[in-house]
Amino acid sequence: VTSTSLEPLLASREIVVFCGSGGVGKTTTAAATGLVAAAELGGRVLVLTIDPARRLADALGLESIGNVERRVPDEALRAAGLEPRGELFAAMLDTKASWDDLVLRHAPDEETAYKVLGNSLYQNITARFVQSHDYIAMERLYDLHTNGRYDLIVVDTPPTRNAIDFLEAPKRMAEFFGGRLLRWLTMPYRLGGRRGARVVNFASRPFYQLADRILGSQFLQDIAEFFLSFQSMYDGFVARAEAVERLLHDRRTTFAVITTLEGAPLREAEFFARELTRRQYPFGAMVLNRVLPESLASVDGQAAAATLADHADEIAKQLAGLDEPVLQEPDRVTRVLRTMAATFRDYSVVATRERELRAEVAGLPEVVASVPAFPDDVHDLAGLARIGRALLGTP
Amino acid sequence: VTPASLGAGFLDRRLLFFTGKGGVGKSTVTAAAALLAADRGRRVLLVEVDAKGNLTSLFEHPPVGFDPVEVYPGVSAMQMRTEAALSEYLRLNLRVPVLGRLGPLANVLDFVATAAPGVKEILTVGKVCWEVRESLQGRADWDVVIVDAAATGHVVAQLDSPRAIQELVQVGPVRQQTEWMVQLLSDPSVTALHVVTAPEEMPVNETIELVARARAELAVPLGSVVVNRVLPEPFTRADEPAFEALLDGPARDQLEADVGTGVGAVLEATRLAVSLRRTRAAHLARLREVDLPLLYLPYLFVRDHGLRVTRMVADHLARELGL
Repeated sequence: VTSTSLEPLLASREIVVFCGSGGVGKTTTAAATGLVAAAELGGRVLVLTIDPARRLADALGLESIGNVERRVPDEALRAAGLEPRGELFAAMLDTKASWDDLVLRHAPDEETAYKVLGNSLYQNITARFVQSHDYIAMERLYDLHTNGRYDLIVVDTPPTRNAIDFLEAPKRMAEFFGGRLLRWLTMPYRLGGRRGARVVNFASRPFYQLADRILGSQFLQDIAEFFLSFQSMYDGFVARAEAVERLLHDRRTTFAVITTLEGAPLREAEFFARELTRRQYPFGAMVLNRVLPESLASVDGQAAAATLADHADEIAKQLAGLDEPVLQEPDRVTRVLRTMAATFRDYSVVATRERELRAEVAGLPEVVASVPAFPDDVHDLAGLARIGRALLGTP
Repeated sequence: VTPASLGAGFLDRRLLFFTGKGGVGKSTVTAAAALLAADRGRRVLLVEVDAKGNLTSLFEHPPVGFDPVEVYPGVSAMQMRTEAALSEYLRLNLRVPVLGRLGPLANVLDFVATAAPGVKEILTVGKVCWEVRESLQGRADWDVVIVDAAATGHVVAQLDSPRAIQELVQVGPVRQQTEWMVQLLSDPSVTALHVVTAPEEMPVNETIELVARARAELAVPLGSVVVNRVLPEPFTRADEPAFEALLDGPARDQLEADVGTGVGAVLEATRLAVSLRRTRAAHLARLREVDLPLLYLPYLFVRDHGLRVTRMVADHLARELGL
């Protein structure tokens, strides 16, 4: 570990991908990173977010869902106490619109495009598949990067069942559309012509028999027709998926794994870190989120809590001697002091666990940044700026 | 509806699904429900749907596979594998003898699952429903099947998959198969969907959205909302001014003289606890609009999760249910 600040990465890379298990604060951290990058390091910075909390979306000016990037006004940044050196943009991922764009781009003609867009299988696949969300997020990232309008793009990743799924998404999409199985399955229809007339000897083969028995031939035909129209787009599609894959491996990209110092998320973060390294993705930073103050695990604090608990009544009597009206009832103050001691001990258990887990984390990258636990929710730019400054290690 | 009226009924249904946003403790609560049921004499099949393989660690047991393994007295656990579920389905229902000639089943499944919406989901739900039906008909031993289901974002697609398949596939054995599943899933004396949440902004938002969506789109009956990680309220309203008076000025100096400089950390921890509780109380209040029984489980200040913690959560759950 050579740095506790994301600054060197933000200054040298063009894409930062945040990943980690659900509930660790990915979206907020990505937004905070984009904010301070734009405000303090300058340049044109885009935050591409997947599913922000309502109030966070509002804070970024993302009140309407759509695939359009929006500029976050400088006045909003100033109101949050930032003097912007660059420009901040935000966009939310609209899965369906992104897929439709993709089809329109790769279709050989309008007729084919609308045939695909109107197909109910297409609608189901794009709207309901987790893999399709993963893929389209990466594809959209590629699109935004190649248009060259941004110096830095900070991206939040979709909440996947398995955190590494989205890395595989471009490859799997290419394999899927180029797969032998797909060709095999559509073979009777290709040979039978576009009307879908079935060739008898194919129907006698075990695969088609089985597929027929499970799914029914009508459904099978629907699938085949969908893929026949999709086939004309195959080359463009695969080339694109490969380009997305290359971009994610490029040194202009960096991955940041975010976690809290709790058992399960941390194990997942370590797994993720291992996978990134194994698959040769540029793994640049680990972000430890919502870390309790170290003082909560301190020996001094523990000693003070022990004394408070043991001598609460004597201390309460002394405090009653001060000229402070709300400290005049020793019973009440005794209760308060004992609660303080008990509360410290509770939090101390967690802070100690965090310290131990932190010492044990394996496979750390060059940058390990931490963000303290803030008691209130972050739902405005000032709150994001506070997190962002922690990530940069600036006061 | 009050939690107490749920009471023993909570465990009397044959099929319990638990969902929730990542990070709220869905798996811990699911494991605790299984432990509670087993301790009350039920034979439990615990199903882990997302392939993380962590669920059994809550019983201090190594990961398990598709075949159920007893991980705690009365609790058998299995991890869902759609490929294995498909293989079992084909073997049991269609007596398909040609599998060997189809090449690796994984490829076929991958293809079909990607092409046809809901195939992976239906295999998951189908396997779970199958176990319940086998038990109801006396061919399997489970008194209750408890499922650590998909997270809030995916659970509707998962539980709705039999109906979705029915819409797509008009005839054939698959359609017949889905009919009994839909019946089982929508029977309130058999099935319940419980939503695990935490008193924080996003989990509460997702819970409110999910409950609305489940009511509108799903036939699966909702059971309760389990509010996990509820922080204790350190002070009563009457006591709080006394605490605040200790934070600075002569009272703080006096404290420091009495117990040492470490009192700063004690005050900091307590102030954090007060603020956290206050922020979260607002989110707790918003949950009341879901109009479902709310079961509250406390935040546990513990080192790590294992059988000891699973038991603690189970005890709190039992108390909330009036058991």
